[in-house]
Amino acid sequence: MRMAIFGRAVPSSADTPRPGEPRNRWAGKRRTARWGRSAATVAAATIVLGFLGLFFAWPVAAIIGLGLGGGVSETLTNVRTWDLVAFTLGQAAASTALALVAGMPLAYVLARVAVPGKALLRAVITVPFVLPTLVVGMAFRTLLGTGDGGSTSALFGIVLANAFFNVSVVARTVGGLWTHLDRRTEDAARSLGACGLRVFTAVTLPALRPALGSAVAVVFLFCSTSFGVVLVLGGGTYRTLETEIYLRTVRLLDLSGAAALSLLQLAAVVAALVIAAVARRRRETALQLRSADDTARRPRGAEWFVVSAAGMVVLGLLVPIAGLLIRSVSTRDGWSLAGYRALSGTGSGAVLEVSGWEAAWNSLRTAADATWMSLLLGLLAIAVLVGIRRRAAAEVVDAALMLPLGVSAVTVGFGYLVTLQFLPGDVRTSPLLVPFAQALVVTPLVVRMVLPVVRAIDDRLRQAAATLGASPWRVRWEIDVPLAARSVLAAAGFGFVVALGEFGATSFLARPEAPTLPVAIARLLARPGELNLQMAYAACALLMLVTALAVLAVERLRVRTETVGEF
Amino acid sequence: MGLQVRGLSVRFGQTTAVSGVDFSVADGEVLGLLGPSGCGKSTLLRAIAGLERPQAGTITWNGADLDRVPVHRRGFGMVFQDGQLFPHRDVAGNVEFALRMQGMGRARRTGRVAELLDLVGLAGQQRRRVTHLSGGEAQRVALARALAADPRLLLLDEPLTALDRMLREQLVVELAEWLAGQSTTAIVVTHDHEEAFTLADRVAVMARGQVLQVDTPERLRQCPADDEVAAFLGHKAGSRRSG
Repeated sequence: MRMAIFGRAVPSSADTPRPGEPRNRWAGKRRTARWGRSAATVAAATIVLGFLGLFFAWPVAAIIGLGLGGGVSETLTNVRTWDLVAFTLGQAAASTALALVAGMPLAYVLARVAVPGKALLRAVITVPFVLPTLVVGMAFRTLLGTGDGGSTSALFGIVLANAFFNVSVVARTVGGLWTHLDRRTEDAARSLGACGLRVFTAVTLPALRPALGSAVAVVFLFCSTSFGVVLVLGGGTYRTLETEIYLRTVRLLDLSGAAALSLLQLAAVVAALVIAAVARRRRETALQLRSADDTARRPRGAEWFVVSAAGMVVLGLLVPIAGLLIRSVSTRDGWSLAGYRALSGTGSGAVLEVSGWEAAWNSLRTAADATWMSLLLGLLAIAVLVGIRRRAAAEVVDAALMLPLGVSAVTVGFGYLVTLQFLPGDVRTSPLLVPFAQALVVTPLVVRMVLPVVRAIDDRLRQAAATLGASPWRVRWEIDVPLAARSVLAAAGFGFVVALGEFGATSFLARPEAPTLPVAIARLLARPGELNLQMAYAACALLMLVTALAVLAVERLRVRTETVGEF
Repeated sequence: MGLQVRGLSVRFGQTTAVSGVDFSVADGEVLGLLGPSGCGKSTLLRAIAGLERPQAGTITWNGADLDRVPVHRRGFGMVFQDGQLFPHRDVAGNVEFALRMQGMGRARRTGRVAELLDLVGLAGQQRRRVTHLSGGEAQRVALARALAADPRLLLLDEPLTALDRMLREQLVVELAEWLAGQSTTAIVVTHDHEEAFTLADRVAVMARGQVLQVDTPERLRQCPADDEVAAFLGHKAGSRRSG
């Protein structure tokens, strides 16, 4: 599951209680009011944790149980397992390094250079991140001309594609902090005689270290659980833990082996989340931050090199996208819209049970369901997180909410197959099952985007409203809701896009007669035939178009809000 | 009767911000709370507003205990140091907030807002965004907002501190006139004794969470209760002579 767990707020001065100021914002309220509020918090927490428990913890625990049942020692002593682990980590490390190198110039431009059309630039950088993994895999397959994979160029493609996704994570996480660093520190170093590069290594880089650490941890996490890309590009030769779990479950029916691998992956994910949390914590406490307007200016001298490097990266991001679009309208016989026309059918040899357009409609409906569910869950979770007064407790809950992002979608989807039969009713065939799984991925995103904004609201605004006669609930309605509204809308937009592209869990759970677009693409790709391939490319283009439009809409919101979160 | 504060103490964990404070504010009187920064005067004000929960002591209004009365039912208006205007509402939206909370109709609200803006010298500025106001304008809007609901007690927490000197000297005079003209009952927190003496009928001098002396500006100037009060009021030479 590939999504943001970065984008934590840059703390505003209002965020940290000043000495002598109370932490307890409602001190002085009647005890009954306090009881009412904690009852509401408990109710909200019950709903959120209940959902997480039923649709995340239980399936994952069931998988772990299955793994402990037998296969573990056998799998762990197998040499091939450790080859798999080595390859998974190796490709993740290479992808992370590449994403870092490509992302830094972009981060610099976003933070420090006054360029027109920054919103568009930000959108262009963001589109790759929310593109369906399968689409990206396809794009790089087109670009590198690999057939079934397995060659060196396929390995190259995996690393490139993973980096392609995550460049925006680096650019936005690092750029977000960079924007708020006080430029005068660097100017001071320069006035003391340090050259540009020296200033960067001695002053800027250490200050950026928390954001860098957080970005590296997150990108590494995403790359090591990357599924669609490896599946499309790696063919049978290059496998990661994630694709191996999928293959063992679906093709080989080796459940205990798959469970053992899931367990291994879970351990790695928890480690990565801990590292990210530690990095974030340092970032939140240690820095002198300034508002964004003061720090951007026209580049000069050697800074132009960095700017042109950033330009090259942007071009590099556009190439796979353009390649895919071109491929979707070109056939062996020249330009043709055959793929797009084929969307109204079910593919040659009736690969699909529904037409391409019906699959697209399924996608939109499923994503819409997932979006409202995750908004509901996310906002409840935020109410709980804001209600928890002890910082340590809040951080644990926060981390727990992030866990679904890091745990393999395949593991979760697989877990559903094990646990859902025990639930009353017919959850397994319910049209809401896929949205449930997608909501699991989207909810943490909603929390990440909205929570910083709610936390950054100056408590004294709420107090002012209270002194003017607003009851506690009225304060929430008059202050919190309007001030966080835009970030909620933006989160809804991003959540929708992510749900639209979600492939890992969806591929497990979508019924054959109701595939989403990514699932349909995967099926089309699995069958030979020029028309099927052409239709798959057209479907990718369609998905990309919807994604790009949604991202642009969100960027428009963002520009007007100037929120403190990076995403 | 007005406000009575008896034996009030506020603690944050180990630190005691306000300890055993007694004073009263009569109806229509303006009391200044004067002291160096960190002496607990803002905490005391927030406790009166209901924003802090005292560990000991009582706050009563006309004899009725306020301990169980939540902030929004106390009917005390408050002006914060840096305004704390609602950024998502325009000037009129800020000023009419309390009126909306009271359920006043739109037509009556419009009239009342115009009246209030007139009072604070911002007539016709209803539709301006509060993020585009100057510091002085923002504090005027904050005052109008606090006055809108006709509070029985107005609490001003360093209302002029964030402004530059020129503006502060001009506004302090206007503020004194408003307070006197409306015969408002008010408590003004400040660390500037000139400001306190201009605005207040009586001034309570605070240090280390305690009230050292409560008296009229003239009497405070003439006979400070002890060396510390004298020193804070800038009477070092006088206190040495008397000591």
